[in-house]
Amino acid sequence: MKRTVPLVITFLTGTFLVISFFVPHAPFGELEQRLLVWYAIVAGFTMLLGVDSLIRAHARRVARTREGWAFSLALLAGLVATVVVGVIGRVQYGSPFHIQSPFMFIYTYAIVPLQATMFALLAFFIASASYRAFRARNWVATLLLVSAVIVMLGRIPIGAAISQFFPVAQEWIMDVPQLAAKRGIQIGAALGAVSMSLRIILGIERSYLS
Amino acid sequence: MDKGARRSFWEVMDDMDRRIIFLILLVVVTLPLIISVGGEIPPTAPVISAHESVEALEAGDYLMVSIDFDATSAPELMPMLRSVLRQAFAKDVKVIMLGHIAIGLPLGHTALEQVAAEYDAEYGVDYVNLGYRPGYIAVMIAMGREIEDIFGTDYQGTPIRDMEVTRDIHSYADIDLLFGFEHGAVIDYWVRYAQARFNQKMTFGTTAVMAPDAYPYLQSGQIEGLIGGLKGAAEYETLIGQPGLGTRGMPAQQWGHLLVIGFIVLGNLGYYFTKGKRKRSGETA
Repeated sequence: MKRTVPLVITFLTGTFLVISFFVPHAPFGELEQRLLVWYAIVAGFTMLLGVDSLIRAHARRVARTREGWAFSLALLAGLVATVVVGVIGRVQYGSPFHIQSPFMFIYTYAIVPLQATMFALLAFFIASASYRAFRARNWVATLLLVSAVIVMLGRIPIGAAISQFFPVAQEWIMDVPQLAAKRGIQIGAALGAVSMSLRIILGIERSYLS
Repeated sequence: MDKGARRSFWEVMDDMDRRIIFLILLVVVTLPLIISVGGEIPPTAPVISAHESVEALEAGDYLMVSIDFDATSAPELMPMLRSVLRQAFAKDVKVIMLGHIAIGLPLGHTALEQVAAEYDAEYGVDYVNLGYRPGYIAVMIAMGREIEDIFGTDYQGTPIRDMEVTRDIHSYADIDLLFGFEHGAVIDYWVRYAQARFNQKMTFGTTAVMAPDAYPYLQSGQIEGLIGGLKGAAEYETLIGQPGLGTRGMPAQQWGHLLVIGFIVLGNLGYYFTKGKRKRSGETA
């Protein structure tokens, strides 16, 4: 019973949503809309689960003073501070996203620079990797390397200044071989998704129950 | 390799300290940002199509702008977002903003407020920010039937039916163009659900890394146009005749690309010239 009921609900819901995709008229359309609103609400609650899990994991690390506990403490302090200033912003300005609210101050001067800094570090690793790892060890690697150089030159003004070959070749690489590979991957992924969905709807795939 | 043995130039180059590479990159990217203003970038076909899709809108038409990025992609996507908003407000097009990346939406909102102020546009009349709702697939499909079911209020909690700009907006049928700014897989869902199912006209601005993912949709005609990366942003600025951060950032990107190409060439020359010695000493490549 514990497994049968979820399997029946999954089968009925899945089948109903497939039908409503092809028959958007009453009663399928309205019911689908209702289910979608429910989904959005449930998705909202998953955020609470995420916050709960985050707090538990880091609070445990701080309580047991495990390695890196100070970072966990900083994370928890940041979390609490952001919530507090968000509430203050709501009370003071009607919305935490008001341009003068303290939440936007934290967002603009802490969250945005921190996120940008983390991502900017990637440029340094790419530069280092290009020097150390991007080697013409065989013809396939050489092909990749030559394509990468053409695309990089084709996407900067100096490439066109050197020769019109670079922008034209860059566009051809993007439009033909790149696109063919991408399309193949996308079709494969879509077929995989359809197959997995059918397995779930028909109750063959049950790992989500465990 | 013996520490005391005299090493050849290529051996030294092959074993360059990564901190030197980091320092060179820092200088090469930072200097052009400080001393160079950048020139006009000739627009390419996908960017021209993106520009035309907004240009085709008339006063009073509705442009839905989706903020699907955060600060990590802001240097590439914010310049194109500002350009598109400027083009829309200049044509008196109504702008409806929403987003599927909660942490990035305030960036979009800040740009919206700044550009709206440049054109004396009024919140609730000329533009609105609907905010964020979780579960983006459900949000996209549900908007095809009734937007109010998902976005009953804007980001401040004002009911959308109380605002002039959204009073008569119900579904994609009322939206003349959707312009998504993407740094991840949300673009696939926009195309799958809003375009394939509801025939919503759409154009995208993406990071350079994400642009290849959007090319199949562009070639199949499912999307109207595509702005890819900082270069795309600079091209768009050229098209609207207002050079901004995209144009200013291009010299840094140009020198960054050239440096990476230089590193690849140097690294491979070092690899080639030290190959024999590695073979003799039994090291693997």
